[in-house]
Amino acid sequence: MDLARLTISEIQEGFRAKTFGPVDLLRTLELRIESAEPKIQAFLSRDFQEALKLAEHADVSLPLGGIPIGIKDVINVKGQPCTSASKILQGYTAPYDATVITKLKAAGAIPYGRLNMDEFAMGSSTENSAYQVTKNPWDNSRIPGGSSGGSAAAVAALEVPAALGSDTGGSIRQPAALCGCVGLKPSYGRVSRYGLVAFASSLDQIGPFARSTRDCAMLLNAITGRDPMDSTSLDRPAEDFTAQLGRDLKGVRLGIPKEYFVDGMNPKVRATVEAAIKQCADAGAELVEISLPHTEYAVSVYYIIATAEASANLARFDGVRYGKRADIPKDLMDLYQRTRAEGFGSEVKRRIILGTYVLSSGYYDAYYLRAQKVRTLIRRDFEAAYEKVDAIVCPTSPDVAFPIGERANDPLKMYLADIFTIAANLAGICGISVPCGFVEEDGKKLPVGLQFLGKSLDETRLLSIADAYEQASGWSKEIAPL
Amino acid sequence: MSSPDLNIRHVARLARLSLTDEEVTTFEGQLGRVLEHIEHLKKLDVTDVEPTAHTYPVFNVTREDTPGTSLPREAVLGIAPRAANNLVIVPKVVE
Repeated sequence: MDLARLTISEIQEGFRAKTFGPVDLLRTLELRIESAEPKIQAFLSRDFQEALKLAEHADVSLPLGGIPIGIKDVINVKGQPCTSASKILQGYTAPYDATVITKLKAAGAIPYGRLNMDEFAMGSSTENSAYQVTKNPWDNSRIPGGSSGGSAAAVAALEVPAALGSDTGGSIRQPAALCGCVGLKPSYGRVSRYGLVAFASSLDQIGPFARSTRDCAMLLNAITGRDPMDSTSLDRPAEDFTAQLGRDLKGVRLGIPKEYFVDGMNPKVRATVEAAIKQCADAGAELVEISLPHTEYAVSVYYIIATAEASANLARFDGVRYGKRADIPKDLMDLYQRTRAEGFGSEVKRRIILGTYVLSSGYYDAYYLRAQKVRTLIRRDFEAAYEKVDAIVCPTSPDVAFPIGERANDPLKMYLADIFTIAANLAGICGISVPCGFVEEDGKKLPVGLQFLGKSLDETRLLSIADAYEQASGWSKEIAPL
Repeated sequence: MSSPDLNIRHVARLARLSLTDEEVTTFEGQLGRVLEHIEHLKKLDVTDVEPTAHTYPVFNVTREDTPGTSLPREAVLGIAPRAANNLVIVPKVVE
């Protein structure tokens, strides 16, 4: 039995039957990481000895006892680096645990390793990391998606059974789709963001990557909940997100938004997604054609709101209290300007400029305020849709993983890679991507993701639907070539 | 194609970011195209539409005003680029 291939629920069966223990698992994963990393480069760093200590004392009776979880480098874990894949945080060691980490530890999990990403979560390919380019496990000449590309690649390459990422415009769902794993973006407010390096505060949400919907539900159980340290986290009655797994799709109403099947998407991806939707119907789901009429505006609204919020959030990186500081500043202004010039990469600078511009005097109403109003229209589209359907089903991404370097110099083309994921963040709803088949490009099998979008705080039902599809289709059992 | 209104150097100053001439030229072209793309938002009639700043209606969230533990001073000063005498050191601000 190769322990690296197991899902969390399978691992737990082994732990409880004492077939193997947390130390055996961690050692197997470490060997797997050592053999895969030269090709994949998902990890920025990891501390095996520290994890081993935790594994030796793990309490396997806890909900995630002894399970190693990879952590996107944007979430603070006390005593570990947290660079957000940026030079400006090189050498920074987190002095505290993010709330999700406190909760994972309380559930018995072992936070293991710092996973690569686009710098400050800005990107769709993980090529914007200041440190390394992560490769897609299915074809090492292609990107893993982004911004949580390291998390997706590590899970798909069997380096960890699960990982945490963050999703501001699709940064969990899109890489999960392109790497062939399951990725969940919880509803806005489900998960505390305390200790997450902030990108766009009205859109950011932390969520899990795993090799099954059930594992994602178990992780959500562990990390959800009201936190006094994040005033946007919601106080909700306790829910077990695994409660409705194992059901079927009979009588489930699935909305198919016509705006999500557009010209210009990869026709093979489209065919794969359409076949998956037909399979949902064959399994008993009722398909309902719906319209989300303001879909075409989502990318524009997103790039105004997200960059505006980012320009404010990234003001804290000024070389004063933590992170990098430029050498021998001649005055405070010089310290700010050179620290930020030397510390930030191109995409981050580009977004700070755009965000500062859309907020600046004379342009605020034309860009930022108008974008917030169109955001209301997008939100209403979804509210109207959920009066007719239980969930929406659509592609996660218009294309499969693209070759490294292909879009690096064309930011607009890169931004358009997120057209199917962005609206969920603008509307605050929950979404999940599950594997739904493969497309062959240049002789290589590349995964395609099917996205289910549920209404705000309807994760239990969303996970039930995604799990039912996953069980009916079996695609999540496919493993990348080792 | 660059937007006539987007003065990259001015905006960069507002953002406390120094840019090279090459960066200014590149960003002008790239952001000009992004701004062109987002022009289509102006086609929509948004009169009487309330802006969404936040998707879940929670307002004025406060917590109990009770003292708790904070990060130890050494932990905070220990990650500052320069610190001495329990203070973060920066270049002189006032003459």
